[in-house]
Order: sequence, then structure tokens, then C-alpha cells
Amino acid sequence: MVESIVSTGLAIGCIYALIAITYNVMFSASRVFSFTAGTLGMLGGVLGSLFILRMGMPVAVGFLLTLAGGAAIGIVTEIVAVRPVLKSLDQHLYVLSTLALALMIQQYTAIEWSTEPQPFPRLFDIERGGFDQQFWLPMLACAVTIVGLELLYRRTLIGHAFLAIAEDNFAARALGLPERRLRMASFALAGVIGALAGFAGGQMLLAFFANAPMLTFYGFVPVALGGMGNNRGAVVAGLLLGLFQQAANFLVGGIFASVAVFTVFIIVLLARPEGIAGASLPRRV
Amino acid sequence: MDTQATPLHASRTNALGAPSSFNAALPFLALLVVGIAFPLFGGGYWGVIATRACIYWVLASGLNLVVGFGGQIAIGWVALLTLGAYTTSVLVAGNVGPPLPPYLALAIAAVVGAVFGLIVGLPALRLRTFYFAITTLGFATIVTQVALAWQSVTGGGVGVAGPVFPEPFSSQWGFYYFCFGLAAICTWMTANIAASRFGRALTAVRDAEVAAEASGILKSTLLAQVFLFSGAVAAIAGGLFASLQSYITPDAFTIDLSVLFFIAILIGGRGSILGPLLGTILLTVLPEFAAPLVAWSTFLYAVLLLVIVLAIPGGIAEILDFKNRRPLETGRAIVPRPDVLGPLLGAAPDAGALTLEQVSLNFGGVRAIDGLDLEIRPGEVHGLIGPNGSGKTTTLNVISGYYAPKRGAIRLNGNAMPVDGLHRRAHLRIARTFQTPRIVGSASVLENVMIGGTIDGKATFVESLLSLPRHRRDEAMLRDTAMLALTAVGLERLAAVRADRLQHSELRFTEIARALMLRPAFLLLDEPAAGLSAEEIARLGALILAIAQAGTGVLVVEHHPDLIFDICHRVTVLNLGKVLAAGTPAEIRAHREVVNAYLGA
Repeated sequence: MVESIVSTGLAIGCIYALIAITYNVMFSASRVFSFTAGTLGMLGGVLGSLFILRMGMPVAVGFLLTLAGGAAIGIVTEIVAVRPVLKSLDQHLYVLSTLALALMIQQYTAIEWSTEPQPFPRLFDIERGGFDQQFWLPMLACAVTIVGLELLYRRTLIGHAFLAIAEDNFAARALGLPERRLRMASFALAGVIGALAGFAGGQMLLAFFANAPMLTFYGFVPVALGGMGNNRGAVVAGLLLGLFQQAANFLVGGIFASVAVFTVFIIVLLARPEGIAGASLPRRV
Repeated sequence: MDTQATPLHASRTNALGAPSSFNAALPFLALLVVGIAFPLFGGGYWGVIATRACIYWVLASGLNLVVGFGGQIAIGWVALLTLGAYTTSVLVAGNVGPPLPPYLALAIAAVVGAVFGLIVGLPALRLRTFYFAITTLGFATIVTQVALAWQSVTGGGVGVAGPVFPEPFSSQWGFYYFCFGLAAICTWMTANIAASRFGRALTAVRDAEVAAEASGILKSTLLAQVFLFSGAVAAIAGGLFASLQSYITPDAFTIDLSVLFFIAILIGGRGSILGPLLGTILLTVLPEFAAPLVAWSTFLYAVLLLVIVLAIPGGIAEILDFKNRRPLETGRAIVPRPDVLGPLLGAAPDAGALTLEQVSLNFGGVRAIDGLDLEIRPGEVHGLIGPNGSGKTTTLNVISGYYAPKRGAIRLNGNAMPVDGLHRRAHLRIARTFQTPRIVGSASVLENVMIGGTIDGKATFVESLLSLPRHRRDEAMLRDTAMLALTAVGLERLAAVRADRLQHSELRFTEIARALMLRPAFLLLDEPAAGLSAEEIARLGALILAIAQAGTGVLVVEHHPDLIFDICHRVTVLNLGKVLAAGTPAEIRAHREVVNAYLGA
């Protein structure tokens, strides 16, 4: 049982962490949290199943098309729901505009795809073992993403530009950085990461439209607890969340597990609104 | 450029009196008549729709105070509808304890709803907007899951029968009138709140939080009362909803419903009662005309939400606001009337002096203020000047309680001032203005000024809800005082105008009027002359002097040396957080270091 809790918990935790990173990548480019983060995860599962199972494409092609789909949704989010409200950040209209877009995608999926969970293909034709691909795929995806982001941010010019606009938007623009294109690129990147999360976790979560609100919430918990914009904090918090949730699942049953997660989330947030690893922001008068 | 009010303006000012409140009530009266007469021409199925619209409005009216007035994005408010529906149904069905009569069950549901409204809402005090939105959403999910899981009580996925209200409310039209009556009461109560100091304080918290704090508004108490009320009516709506559905399952309470309430309020417009009311009716009726699209309803609501947010953030209320479409007179002048300051400020309060002794404050490694001594005496204008970054505004923020000094003391009449609770500064009669005017743009100039007098209101939230005599006395008193304050600063002709239509200089004078509402013992002005014309600066100077002569101690942070030397009794010059010089204007002007460092030769 412990083995099962750990493998499931870590795998689910990796999916949550990836969604949290999706939030963070969008946030650092725009100072906006977007409700579409969980929707991207949901689409990763649905598109993967659509391309590979329903349309019979090879796994590799389906995988690349799914990521491309995620990138496209990321760019659409930026154009439709983020850019128009950036001028009035203090009115928090982005909460509503991104919620509206997320609901539109979710409902469209429910109607055009299915309201029931649909199967997701097994990606590698190997025997089911104790430590199955459905467990190690999310972990692999998470590790690849973390390493990839670190390399991107530290080693490449465009990564430095991302960091620059995340640090100080105005200064970055004054330096002549193409802020708008970088922001779109960030959202495309976030879309890829979100879709990757859903694709890698597809065998656990299935291709189901209602994964969107579930991932939107559970993916945000690591963001809040790890400190916003802090990817390492998000991974640690995501893994802990996955383990905690699975343990509670086995011990007290699914529904009270979500009550437990929610309660812990609220209590921790109220005690430390800036997250466990985050720094508080000074107020400005 | 004349100083006398023209007839047009006179009528606009009058429009705040009795005739305009009738005009404002007219649409509500029309809806009341239509609602009462509805059974005469609406048959069967339309009766259900109308009842549903009433029930939705009972919830939306309360949520409107949270979202539209308070600006708190509580997306998952449907959770309280669920809670109310289940509490009422379960108590009436007798799943726990003996079956209760429906009215008692509904009352208990209201109490439960109020408590949970508070629990769901209070994180708003500590969390960022998106965090709060997502916690309310999470709460909505949890409530549905518990309803699904707690089979022995809620019936799980099978559900539970809704309550049936006894005669005369058991028939379709009887129940309709019951819901309609409650909706009408909710409309009346929320309209009372909207027109009270609580409603204005909510909009201030939403749009100008620091100004709200400076006016002595305590956000936590205010929001707690609103969450209690809003939770209670949401739960009542839930009980009615269960009765209308006659059978409830967790499926009935989807996030779609939450979104629907949200859109209804946003379509209506923030800070309006009529707008969201029309929005609720519209959204309840609309799907009935689009039956083939029923599967797409949530999708269409979402599209609608996006369109409203991006295209018409002001909603119906702004479209209906004909009064504020009339062009304002151009080239209008601000002509203060210092002679009315006497009646406004009353007898000079005997507050003693406000003194800072050796106050120091660090921001990280930067020493913002370093051993500052300052004394502001009643009846005097004290100038605080110095180069950018010398600590002027920081000093002002320390006095008004935004920062606690690291060392040193602030004394009022010899007593140490409390370092916590910046809203308490207002109770000590310390008022301030801001470098960038902090104004509620969607409220009228008069309402903005009335915000300044919030702490002088005596009526409680419940009294205002029910428009009891004390509430009406408060309102009359605040309105008269605010008109007086506006006259004193020379803006009385703009009293009824939306504040966001004003020019920058007029906003500065509006802030002074709002500060005067506190009858301040000490008034702190942060660069009041910035952005004003030479003529306006001269008038501002005369006004500040007159305020001081009425007994108030004034601290002016300024960059205009002329203004400072004209009106100040004493001047302190700061440089790098330290006092460079202090004395009379003549002494300062002759001070060699000051001339070198700041004034120039």
C-alpha cells in the first residue's frame, strides 16, 4: 500500500507541479495568473487521445501535435484574455477574462469531445510492471521540464530576456526588448508545459473535460504554497501535495481527502499569504 | 468663469434632493408593479421562470454588495446556494433530528449561510485577488463533493426532496409572491446599504483602499458584515431554489450558476443596484428564447463574460447613466470659500501639538528618515521641503501610521500615538491627502467627500439595512457636511458629477474636502499644488491658511518654494532623511546650506 501511495502520489504530484510551472511561466511574463493553466493540462490529455486513439496517428506525431495545440492555446490566451486587460491590472479584470476563456474551452471540449472520461493510449508498448509508465512518465516530464527551463533561463539569450521582463517590465522595454513578443513566447511555452503535463499524465487522468477545473485548483496550490514565480518551490510543494492527497485518499477516502487538502491549503495560506518559500511584497502608498 | 451658480448647476445640485430620489426609485417601482401584476398575463411555465428570476436576485443582490460594491471576486458563491438548499431540505425532510417547519428551516439555513459566508469571505482580507477567487472556487467544489458523499444526510447522488411551503405559499402563484416579496425586500435593503456610509466605504475599499484607511474605514469589520448578510440571503435563495426544483441533487449546483450570477452583476455594472437587477432578469429569461442552444448555454455565458470584461466594463448602469453624459462646462474655476470653514470645522479642537522625536526608519539598508524632530502646532502651517528622496512623504506616512518608526516617538499632546492600526489615525482627527489623488472614480464627487465622514456615522449596518431613523439622520448630516466641505474648497457645483470626469486640479481639491470631513485637528497634505496652475496655487494657499486659522495644524509637503514661503509659519528642510534646517521662512531663505543643496542661488 505504501508503495502504491508513493508512486501514485509522486506521479500526480509531478502533474500538479507542471501545472504550477505553467502558472508561473505565464505569471512571470505578465504578472497575471490565468485560469487557463488547468485547461491546458486537460487539453493535453484530450488532444493526445484525439490524435493517437481516434485519428490513429503515431505516438510521436500525436505528441508533437498536442504540444503545438497547447502552444496555440497559450498564444490565444495572451491575445484574447491577457493583453487587453494588462493596462488595468489593479482592477483584476484578468481573473474574469481568463476564467471566461477557460470556461469556453472547457465547455467546447465537453460538447465536441465527450462529457465522459475517454481512454488515453498507452504510449510505450511494454509490459505493465510494478513501476508502470503511467507513473514514471509524469516524473520524466517534470524532470525534463525543470532541467529544460533551468538551461533556457541560465544559458540562452532568450531565457535572459524572459528573466529581464519578469524582473522589471519597464526597464526591459527601455532596453529595447520586444516585450510583447517575449510575452507571447512565454505564453506559448506555458501552453507547451501545460499540454505536456496532461499528455504525460493522460494514462492516470484520462481524457476528460472536467480535469480542467480540478487541475486549475490543484495546480494552483503549489504556486501559492511554493511562492509565486518560484518553480523549485512549486515542484517541492507539488510533490508534497500529491503524496498528502494520495495518503489521505487511502486513509479517509477520496472526498474527505479533497476536504483535507483544501483545509490545509487555506490554513497555510492564511498563516503565510506569500507562500512558504516566497517573500512578502512591500506596500506602496 | 463666474462664481455664482447658474440655474443649470443649481438644478443639478438639487437633483440630489427629494425629486431625484423619486426619479431613481422610478424603475424599481415600475418593476414592482410589473412583478405584482405578472400572474395576470404570464401563464404556467413563465411563472416558473419569473419565480426563478426572483430567487436568483435574492442571491445576486447580496453578492452584488460583495462583488459590485466591495470588488471582491468571489466566484464560487454558488456554494452558499448549495448549502442553503441542502440545509433547508434536509431539516424539513427530517434526515437529522425531527422534521422542522419550512420557515424555521429557512431561518436556520440563513444563519448557517451567514456563518459560511463569513468563512468563505474572510480570506479576502489576507489573500491576493486571484488567490481569493480560487479559494472560493475550491470551496464550491468541496461543498458539492460533500453533498455527494454524505449520503445518509443529503441522499448523495440520488438527492433529497425540496421543502414545500404551507398555505398560502404552496400554490405556484403563492410561492411566486413569496419569492417576489423576498426579492423586493432584498432590493430595498441592498439599496439602503448602497446609499449608506457602508456602501460608500465598500466602493472606497474597492477603488481607493489607502484613502479608505485614512478615512478610518476598517476593512475587516466592513467586509465581515457584508459577507454575513450576503451569505444569509444566498442561503435563503438556496432554500427557495430547492422548493422550486422540488428535488435537488448535487448536479443542480454547477459552476455555471456561479458564473451566471457573476455575469448578471457585471452586465449590470459595478456599484449599481438597478443594473445587476436587470442583468439577473435578462440572464434568467434569455435561455428561454434560445432553447436550441441550451447545451451551449455555459459556453455562451462565458463568451458574454469575456465580451463584458473587454468591451463594456461599466455595464448597463453606465449605459443608463444619462446624467453624466451631459458635457461639463469648460474653463470652470475652483473658487474656495474659506468663510464657510468656520461652520464646517466648528470650534477649534484643543489637541495640543503633534510632535516627532528622533524618529528613524529604515527600508532594508536605506535609512529613509534619520533622527527626525518635528513639531506641528495647532493653527499653524508647517512646510516640509527637500529634494526628492529626502524622506518627506515617508515622514507623512509615518505620521499617518503606514510605517512604524524603528526608533523615536510620535506624540499627540504629549501622549505616545499607537503605532498599529492606521485607521485609528482618523479617530485622532488626523486627516491626509495623497500625492496621486485616491478617488472612487465611479462615485459622485459628493459621495467621495462623504467617505471622509464615515466614522462620524452612528447607525449600525443593520440600521442602515432597514433604513431606520438613525441611518437617515446620519445620511442627512453627512450630506450637509459634505456640501459644506465642497463649498469651502469651491467645488459645490460639481457635487453630482462622477468623480472620474473631473480635472486633476479638481481632484486635489476634492481630496482636501474629503479630509476636512474629519474636522481634522491635523491635516497632512502631500504635494497639494502638484499639477495646479499658478492661479489655483494662489487659491490653494489662501485655503490652507484659512484652514490653519480655524485651528487645524497643517503639514504641507511641497516642491513649490513660493507656496511654502507664502503660507508657512515654520519650515523644516530635509536632506537624506535628516533635518538640514528648521525655522521661519525668512530664516530658511537665508540658510546657506539650504540654498546650496536645494533652493539654488
